[in-house]
Amino acid sequence: MGLRLNLVIGGVLCVLIIGAAILAPWLAHFNPIMDADLMNAELPPDGQFWFGTDSQGRDVFTRILYGAQVSLTVGIGSQLINTTIGLILGISAGYFGGWWDDLVNGLTNLMLSIPSLIFALAIMAILGPGLASLLIALGLTNWSWTCRIARSSTLSLKSQGYVQAAKTLGYGDGRIMATQILPNMIGPVLVIATLGMGDAILAEAALSYLGLGIRPPQPSWGNMLTDARELIVIAPWAAIFPGVAIFLTVLGLNLFGDGLRDWLDPHMRTRKA
Amino acid sequence: MSGTDALLEVKDLRIDIVSGSNRHNAVENVSFTIGRGETFGLVGESGCGKSITALAMIGLLRRPLAISGGSIRFKGQDLLELSAREMRRLRGNRIAMIFQEPMTALNPLSPVGRQIAEMFVLHQGATWQEAEKKAIEALASVQVPAPDQRVKNYPHQMSGGMRQRVMIAIALACDPDLLIADEPTTALDVTVQAEILKLMQELCDARGTAVLMISHDLGVIAKMCRRVGVMYAGHMAEERPVADVFRTPAHPYTKGLLSSLPRLGSRGSHGRKRLQEIEGVVPSIADFPAGCRFEPRCERATAVCANQKPAEIDLGNDGFVRCFHHE
Repeated sequence: MGLRLNLVIGGVLCVLIIGAAILAPWLAHFNPIMDADLMNAELPPDGQFWFGTDSQGRDVFTRILYGAQVSLTVGIGSQLINTTIGLILGISAGYFGGWWDDLVNGLTNLMLSIPSLIFALAIMAILGPGLASLLIALGLTNWSWTCRIARSSTLSLKSQGYVQAAKTLGYGDGRIMATQILPNMIGPVLVIATLGMGDAILAEAALSYLGLGIRPPQPSWGNMLTDARELIVIAPWAAIFPGVAIFLTVLGLNLFGDGLRDWLDPHMRTRKA
Repeated sequence: MSGTDALLEVKDLRIDIVSGSNRHNAVENVSFTIGRGETFGLVGESGCGKSITALAMIGLLRRPLAISGGSIRFKGQDLLELSAREMRRLRGNRIAMIFQEPMTALNPLSPVGRQIAEMFVLHQGATWQEAEKKAIEALASVQVPAPDQRVKNYPHQMSGGMRQRVMIAIALACDPDLLIADEPTTALDVTVQAEILKLMQELCDARGTAVLMISHDLGVIAKMCRRVGVMYAGHMAEERPVADVFRTPAHPYTKGLLSSLPRLGSRGSHGRKRLQEIEGVVPSIADFPAGCRFEPRCERATAVCANQKPAEIDLGNDGFVRCFHHE
């Protein structure tokens, strides 16, 4: 059962967090933006304000729930874009080789040589702040590892007996890539994708911190941390709870990704059966 | 075997290894014909060009290997003239192939039933539902017990013999006209080997599938084939009915091969007899001799062998040999 534990804990965490994000309007007792009340500023956690209040007297719990919507959308959405780009480029480069491989390799090296946050910063500067531009900026700048892994896996899978056999059985190139190569590299790709979700949530926090992500007063975990920075000594809860939320989300996604990888591997799955 | 009932006619096939401006010959002047439903054997030691000859027939030679001469006619159609797309439709559908390694030839992440079913979807446009049903029948036809349960198995849950049965089921799924079996039993136990060969023979006989059996095992060839081609260093040394080859080998190489087979209980004058061998090793592709390629190792070699390539000499009874000093 050790294997399944990852999947269960990770799955539960993910469901809780996604559930919290979706049900935010019903779970929260306050409005995340409008219920600012300087009389209640910097209150420690109590029965009314479960996670305390921030410098403007807004309920931290409420803002974390609404912030989850942004963070999860950015984390999952941008990683979907990254993984798709990385897989398409990596698999096709490894499979076809030749000039296409050289081109993709060059592009990957270029992406790896520029710090992705700087690149995202540049894209954000052009597109302007907002959720859509965050998705685009983070989705276009982090595919190089997936691409690398996909390409090298394809190179080694290409010489496997079953890929050769598929060719002699009349499979077309697309079918070979989709049915023989892609499923056999899903493990490492899933791990990279879920790790990347954590990175994307942190990158969103960083971009929001720099004022290029989600515009205040809209809550996101990133700009909550930014606001709380000045109060870290007086009101540490305003920083701790968004931090814990990021930590739990990244942990949950990683555990879920690991568990999913093991569960998708028939060797691991049937060992217990 | 010639004329209209020929299924596959390979004529003067020549395969070269091209790297930059260097061109080495790997296979030269290989011709053979396989009739409908016939089982033809191709023997020779490793590196003699058996497998690349087979790959050439399904259009899967990859750089640096390239066909540089001859023709391959399948049902009267020259395969070398087909487009990549037409060739792909032929593969797995009309010409199927099974491999030496049943351990690696199946996708480890896909249940075997699905891998069989994929052939029906791919080549016959069946829906997945129909295909899964046909897959159970196909698995039953290769005598896998409880096929309706076994289709859900992954390859690692099956033994080597079972996997080779699955490979046969996949290869024969679309009722091909020709089955290329590249050392299909080399990786299996002797007992399993006999079962698999018997199964292949029965299935192909029942369906009228012709078989090109590639092996370095003379025993397998003797059991399965009617006619056999003996290849040496990219040349066809001799091509005759199996019985003739074993009774009266014409080419010195064939003779050497046969006498290097160990025999149980054979004794010489001083107790146990020493196993015969063919002196020397196969020359590397870069320095094949100019004349007969077997000349450096041949005990009958004379001056003419070193300078001239021997032509096909008709031995009657549908056979020929390439040797100046044949028996």
